[in-house]
Amino acid sequence: MKFQGDRTVALLILLPSLILVGVFVYGFIGQTVYVSLTDWGQGAALAENPEMNLIGLKNYGELFSGFLNSRFRQDLVNAVFYTVFLVSGALGIGLILAILLDRGPKGESVFRTIFLYPMSLSFIVTGTIWRWLLAPRGGINKLPEMVGLPGIGFRWLNSRQSVLNFNWQDLPQITAIVVAVIFFYIVFQQWTKGRKKKGLLSLIPAGALLLWAFWGAKFTPEILPVPESHGFNLATIGVIITAIWQYSGYTMALYLAGLRGISEDLREAARLDGANQFQYYLNVAIPILKPMTMSAIIILAHISLKMFALIFAMTGPDNAQTSHPAVLMYLTTFRANNFAKGAAIAVVLFAMVAVFIVPYLISAYRERRA
Amino acid sequence: MLKRLDWGKIVVYTSLTLFALIYLMPIYMTLITALKHPVNISLATAWQPPRDINWGSFAEAYGKLGPNFMNSLYLAVSATVISAILGSLNGYVFSKWKFPGNEIVFTLVLFGMFIPYQIILIPLFRVLRQLNLYGGIPGLALAHIVYGIPITSLIFRNFYARIPDSMIESAQMDGAGFFGIYRRIVLPLSVPGFVVVVIWQFTQIWNEFLWGITLTRHSANPITVGLAQLAGGQAVSWNLPMAGSLLAAFPVLIIYILMGRYFIRGLLAGSVKG
Repeated sequence: MKFQGDRTVALLILLPSLILVGVFVYGFIGQTVYVSLTDWGQGAALAENPEMNLIGLKNYGELFSGFLNSRFRQDLVNAVFYTVFLVSGALGIGLILAILLDRGPKGESVFRTIFLYPMSLSFIVTGTIWRWLLAPRGGINKLPEMVGLPGIGFRWLNSRQSVLNFNWQDLPQITAIVVAVIFFYIVFQQWTKGRKKKGLLSLIPAGALLLWAFWGAKFTPEILPVPESHGFNLATIGVIITAIWQYSGYTMALYLAGLRGISEDLREAARLDGANQFQYYLNVAIPILKPMTMSAIIILAHISLKMFALIFAMTGPDNAQTSHPAVLMYLTTFRANNFAKGAAIAVVLFAMVAVFIVPYLISAYRERRA
Repeated sequence: MLKRLDWGKIVVYTSLTLFALIYLMPIYMTLITALKHPVNISLATAWQPPRDINWGSFAEAYGKLGPNFMNSLYLAVSATVISAILGSLNGYVFSKWKFPGNEIVFTLVLFGMFIPYQIILIPLFRVLRQLNLYGGIPGLALAHIVYGIPITSLIFRNFYARIPDSMIESAQMDGAGFFGIYRRIVLPLSVPGFVVVVIWQFTQIWNEFLWGITLTRHSANPITVGLAQLAGGQAVSWNLPMAGSLLAAFPVLIIYILMGRYFIRGLLAGSVKG
């Protein structure tokens, strides 16, 4: 090989970066997992060589079923709601904006700039600004008064109301029922594809889960000694609106790139088939946008699952109503110096993000190989 | 027919204008509040423009946030330059010097840009302390450079993939080596790639908060941390945080308005499969 020497140089150039990523990403993840299995944080946590003993999964056990850790459980519920609402809100508004801009109206680039500028701002900047806009007796709440309507009295960021409440003790049963529903869906799919035997096989775990959820659960110990209510805290709505305001421009840009990629021929064909604008978007364009939707879901879910700065700026880290595991991780680790439990929270967050990211990266890898 | 067409246009332009107003409303509120005298700020008159303009809040905000602003500037400029050079070289290897396992290694590198940084924060904190880099700007810059490797390599790799391999091969035939090809062919074609990466990294680093608050001492706090502290107190008069917000937003907004096209490319690069 004539260029063997150059190949070696190429690898040597890449090597430092690979080592850095290897240590700072994979090595550090491993270390955080290890720390989460210790009791680091008892006594002199900040000493040069802090005392650390392996204690197994105790930190995780405490987080999910410890009496003192109910804030973590509410934060987890908050994170799920933040994710659901940010993803669906930004997707919906982004799609509407992209469709409005798709036909290239006059001033398109001005509108695009206006819709996208929030993306360039720091969460701290947007958070500070929206905290003022969402002040209980001013800002947004005063807007209806300008057209003669009564003002809104909602306490956006410090409401104590909560809806969709459930008892944390019921969580195993709720999970079992959800998983059973997924199994029933598999049965249904196999059945319609004609693979009846294979489909019926999935009825067994589904039935077992339901049986346990409705009957067997009475005989298994509760995960918490007392009932504990968690739900959707209405104080999070203000944060959700702000996050959607900041990120819908991003989904707009993504969808607009997708819409512009649709060939004029296809659009013309749809028109000749008698499809009006509405039908064109519903039946032709939106199905083509599916890869963009997938990308956007993954990026937005990843953003909302680690949301820290926005909540910090809007309500401060100590507001339990709007809190998030990412905020609690900061408080636990850097305020309370309880590094082990902070690490455990980080691992839970990481696992939730990995559920979205790993399949995404694998499918991207397969596409590149193909 | 003509009438129906007009209705469609009316709906499109009305909705676009309404959305534009919603998107601009926060910046309007920020601006008018920053320009008011503290005594004139009240919840009841929050939406009204200032009666007499007070530029003093900007000077006061800069007086408080000036050191943070400079910290962020040093941090963002130095880390962005190093990130871009590193990313360019990595992207060049990943796209033009493919080795066995190239794709899998690239995927493993990409993973680093999707992790929630909480998962590496504790070891990062420890390692920076051991290296005596905890608390200052160099340590923060190191973190930004290392965790910037995935996105910068991705952008450059996709950018260089468009340079035809035949160009590389003919340069090889002329006797050019790894660096010769980079200098003579790849680098001259890289300008738009560098613009995208520089804008992206600068904006990200300028806006970052989590590392700023956990890994720096007070004197090295970046602008986001300074602003959070300025706005965090309960008894603040709002002209100051609003002026501070504009100050913190100023560099990135200017970049975005002048070079929005490249900003969008960086934005889409992170989400369109490489």
